[in-house]
Amino acid sequence: MNKELPPGLALQKVDERIMTLNVGPQHPGSGHMRIIVQIDGDFIVACDPDPGYVHRGEEKMAEYRNYITNIPHLERPVIHDSCNILYPYVLGVEEILGLEVPERAKYIRVIASELNRCVYTMYWLAIYGIFLGHSTMFMWPAGDRELLIDLLEKMTGARVTHAHFVPGGVRNDLPPNFEDVCLRQVNYFEKRIKEYAAVFYDNPILIARTENTGVLSREDAIRLGTTGSVLRASGVDYDLRKKEPYDVYEELDVHSNVMKEGDSYARSKIPWLDMMESCNIIRQALQKMPKSGSVRVKLKPNPKGKGFDSVYKRVESGRGSLGCYIVSDAKPEPYRVKLSVGSFRNLIALPYLLKGEKLGNMPAVYWSLNYWPVEADR
Amino acid sequence: MSSDSNNEQIETVSDAEPTSANISPGKEIELPKFEKELADKIVEKFGTRIKVAFVKPDRVRINVGRDDVKEVAEFLRDVLNFDHAESVSGVDYPQDKEIEVVYHLGSYTDPSLSRQILALATTAQREENPIPGNDATRLPSLREIFYSVEFHEREIFEMFGVYFQGHPDNRRLLLPEDWADLPPLRKDFAIKGR
Repeated sequence: MNKELPPGLALQKVDERIMTLNVGPQHPGSGHMRIIVQIDGDFIVACDPDPGYVHRGEEKMAEYRNYITNIPHLERPVIHDSCNILYPYVLGVEEILGLEVPERAKYIRVIASELNRCVYTMYWLAIYGIFLGHSTMFMWPAGDRELLIDLLEKMTGARVTHAHFVPGGVRNDLPPNFEDVCLRQVNYFEKRIKEYAAVFYDNPILIARTENTGVLSREDAIRLGTTGSVLRASGVDYDLRKKEPYDVYEELDVHSNVMKEGDSYARSKIPWLDMMESCNIIRQALQKMPKSGSVRVKLKPNPKGKGFDSVYKRVESGRGSLGCYIVSDAKPEPYRVKLSVGSFRNLIALPYLLKGEKLGNMPAVYWSLNYWPVEADR
Repeated sequence: MSSDSNNEQIETVSDAEPTSANISPGKEIELPKFEKELADKIVEKFGTRIKVAFVKPDRVRINVGRDDVKEVAEFLRDVLNFDHAESVSGVDYPQDKEIEVVYHLGSYTDPSLSRQILALATTAQREENPIPGNDATRLPSLREIFYSVEFHEREIFEMFGVYFQGHPDNRRLLLPEDWADLPPLRKDFAIKGR
């Protein structure tokens, strides 16, 4: 598999056979972005992704607000996965301020971030299903997702934008009796998602559409710097929860799912397998969590860093490694906050994967990248 | 949401100092061994042309002049096995008349480096009145060495006005085509009302 990489996405001279199509930014098949494709008959010759339609200037805003007031807006790029997008920021601020987080808070964070990963993945799976014309796969995840949203609502008080993680711990302790309800719902959730195999993942129509479409070889996955499910579907075993465990992941038994095929089918199956792994992690965390104790370190108003410092922290989000680079200059506001998100890093693979593919396979390839346009734009 | 964050300010009376962390500002801490070796290898090769800014657990940062950045990046890829860029960030320093670009490099292929992130920082000259693409704010592009920086460098070009020489496709990525203001992540581009 040695397809030539497109020369920097610059569109080539157009000859008469080639037609240029704009997919998006309002087209439901592309999310909030535009994909400019050039087609020769039914085959894609070149593809030029054009993100930026939902750019919100999160990084600029973060320079004007202090460390604490940055929390509610930094989670906005991906509200279904809001705990995970705040996670590296909070870890980074804790390093800058020099905070030690209570043990119970670390476990609550792990539970919240795993629940959030499932909530995000279910939303993505619903969209993936509907764009492959499988409307049952839209309804089921959209409904089953409610189980976990209810749990997160009990835990944080909000259904999607939780703003639950704060430097020094989490905002609130768990409500009484949460552990039992959580265990019950997670067990039921796991039973439900296992049923998806029969209707979706073992479905011959899905397999026929996604197998061997958009194949990304192991070498290219590494060279392009992809991350998360895209990387692991191409046979690279790299999960930050295992490779660089943060908070209490070291004490939990985490299994990372890897497949070798590198096609759209593998890329769409890995997130589903990850959800079952998340259920395992939640059960372990519920068992090992200290039953009582503080969940938050008290901060002084407007905490400041000690001097000029920079940290780079990363966590494994629903879309792969999510890094946060914070530069502090001993003021209450960060000097610079940069989010390096999985969606943005995986986008680079799109022109490469679509080249030579049929136009009809575009949704199968595009959505299998686990791409969230709002997160990529920030 | 905003009332919540106000509570944050009020409720947090200073009855407890934040507990001092394992990263205290003292200078006596022993440097982590593996990271120290990594930094030493780079110093051994390039001597005074690079500067090791810090060595922390899992994180090493080196500062390089813009003329040497390509050579250092090649060394990092070929000898030290870093194979992709996780993140490329621009940081604007108006008082130093510099725009810094930091490449955070990682490795998928070398298991001993899987926890490591190496920050390779370089600086471009900052113009008071930038004309993105047509002024002295230039850096050599690392795309030939790390393919994964392609979109990141495009983003820095539009957000800071740093032109990457040798990049095959220095177009805008996120900003609208008709953007005619300063590159927005520069410090002199101010948010209205703040």
